[in-house]
Amino acid sequence: MILRLAYGSLIARALTVGMTILAIALSVALFLGVEKVRTGAKASFADTISGTDLIVGARSGSVQLLLYSVFRIGNATNNLTWESYQDIAARREVDWIVPISLGDSHRQFRVMGTTTEFFDRYKYRSGQSLAVRDGVLMDDLFDTVIGADVATTLGYQIGDPIVVAHGLASFSEHADQPFRVSGILEKTGTPVDRTVIVSLEAIEAIHVDWRGGAQIPGQSTPADVIRQMDLQPQAITAALVGVNSRLQVFGLQRSINEYPEEPLLAILPGVALQELWRIVGIAETALLAVSAMVVVTALIGMMATIFSSLNERRREMAIFRAMGARPRVILGLLVLEATLMAAIGAVLGLGLLYLGLFIGQPMIDSAFGLWLPIEAPTLRELWVLLGVIGAGAIVSLVPALRAYRMSLADGMTVRI
Amino acid sequence: MTDTAPILHMDDVRYRWPGRTSFGLHVPNLTLAPAETVLLLGESGSGKSTLLSLICGTITAQSGRVSVAGTDIAALSAGQRDRFRAEQIGLIFQQFNLLPFASVQDNILLPLQFAPERRRHVADRRAEAARLCHDLGLPDDVMSAGAGTLSVGQQQRVAAARALIGTPPLIIADEPTSSLDAATQATFLELLFGQSRAHGTTVLMVSHDARLSSQFDRVLHMTDIAKAVRGAT
Repeated sequence: MILRLAYGSLIARALTVGMTILAIALSVALFLGVEKVRTGAKASFADTISGTDLIVGARSGSVQLLLYSVFRIGNATNNLTWESYQDIAARREVDWIVPISLGDSHRQFRVMGTTTEFFDRYKYRSGQSLAVRDGVLMDDLFDTVIGADVATTLGYQIGDPIVVAHGLASFSEHADQPFRVSGILEKTGTPVDRTVIVSLEAIEAIHVDWRGGAQIPGQSTPADVIRQMDLQPQAITAALVGVNSRLQVFGLQRSINEYPEEPLLAILPGVALQELWRIVGIAETALLAVSAMVVVTALIGMMATIFSSLNERRREMAIFRAMGARPRVILGLLVLEATLMAAIGAVLGLGLLYLGLFIGQPMIDSAFGLWLPIEAPTLRELWVLLGVIGAGAIVSLVPALRAYRMSLADGMTVRI
Repeated sequence: MTDTAPILHMDDVRYRWPGRTSFGLHVPNLTLAPAETVLLLGESGSGKSTLLSLICGTITAQSGRVSVAGTDIAALSAGQRDRFRAEQIGLIFQQFNLLPFASVQDNILLPLQFAPERRRHVADRRAEAARLCHDLGLPDDVMSAGAGTLSVGQQQRVAAARALIGTPPLIIADEPTSSLDAATQATFLELLFGQSRAHGTTVLMVSHDARLSSQFDRVLHMTDIAKAVRGAT
């Protein structure tokens, strides 16, 4: 019956109680949403590259190699000679190897030279392959396949010409050898979206007339002459390697790291991604902290609501007291009420989260390449909900204790 | 006065509100016999509320003895006093007696929640609440109605039913009729006394309205039984 009375009292103040519950629900939904995005981002991040067992580059740091080879951030300090590349490719542990050549750019996007095998070997989001949305893969020397973001940002269609700039953020362009967009890739949510992909030979071709980072004055080899030339590169930036058996990964990694002709570095992408996430992860923690603050704010709002309701409810409390309720029953009633509000808010918040996920999932996937799975609440999320309810009960103790003292002082008489 | 033990006995009781040295109350002697109906007349500010709080045990006297149904309430702990009040005393206030958001039935049954003894007197709570409503002249369908939807006169009758349920030995009413018109006042008291006589309940009613005197067994004046003490003593 006491429960029914507490419920009745809440219903009688439906508007303020409803607002308080809504605030709690929204904050809980926000908190859980941030948590979802956080884990989703972490998973997407870890899924940036999969299926590749080793990334090989010139010796530097593992995070740095990962950054420039996969995320196209920063630059390689050194290159990998073609001889080394061929040595590694010839090893019997190696199942496949895909060369990558970086260094040029188109507008704000990086240009990557590689072989068509890249499209078969590069996997993301646990084994998903790259797919061509429009057009076909590179067919001609001066063909290019562009990522989804490149196409949308620059508004490119199949057949549009592209002029590649030498280096990054540079004004010297390889204007005499324009490329043609032959294919546009599907959105992946990986750095591939922001990459202009050309063949490895094309990278050589546009640098035929260049020495030491500048065009040789007055020299411009016609395209059809270039096509006759041997466009075997002297060096590449990095290589993605797949092994025959996963057991051989560490052995191959060690022997590449100890390669005598040239200082090389082979990294396991998963391990390097984890290292990188540890750096990026600070931001997510800050985000989580902010949304935790929002939950705290909502709970304090509830405390304020209960406080302001105390005066108008003095008569209610006096009636309880006159009927023989101990002050601690009053305290219990208020804590019960707050716990109910927090519980309803928490459950409603969970509902809002799923509603939001249901509506937002496809949009978030296509806009940010972030896949947020809709699945049953995790144990961690349930703990968060329990925590909110518990915190609601604890926070309500402050006004409840005041009501306790008030009802002790007022007794059954009400002076209003 | 009958020869049975008094239901209420106050002996040389002195009380002073904490933090207020200027006002206190001194009750030399007040005794109520079982089944008596007593009207206590007093102007507002004469200490009526303080007196009632002393009897109900929500405040305790600095000196003297307050016993209800033979129990010295000063000897009880605060929690025991709350339980004791629930068991022994039915209370009716001037107005706003009920929890407006709860049903009439829940309002009537509320004191039983805190009084196991009174609960034992009632075999079927619902039926007893319905009987009281009927006997107090309330419509039959009132039980499930929200208390806030009733008229003031009906609310006072529900409050009377709540005070009567489980037959506590003492009913204390603090100006229960002041919000009612004259005709309703008389009916209300008749119905209340009808129920209290049936169970031998003592009724102590506080009022400033001397016209009600004729309906009571005994009339006391606040000025006779208690002294409001002013100034430091």
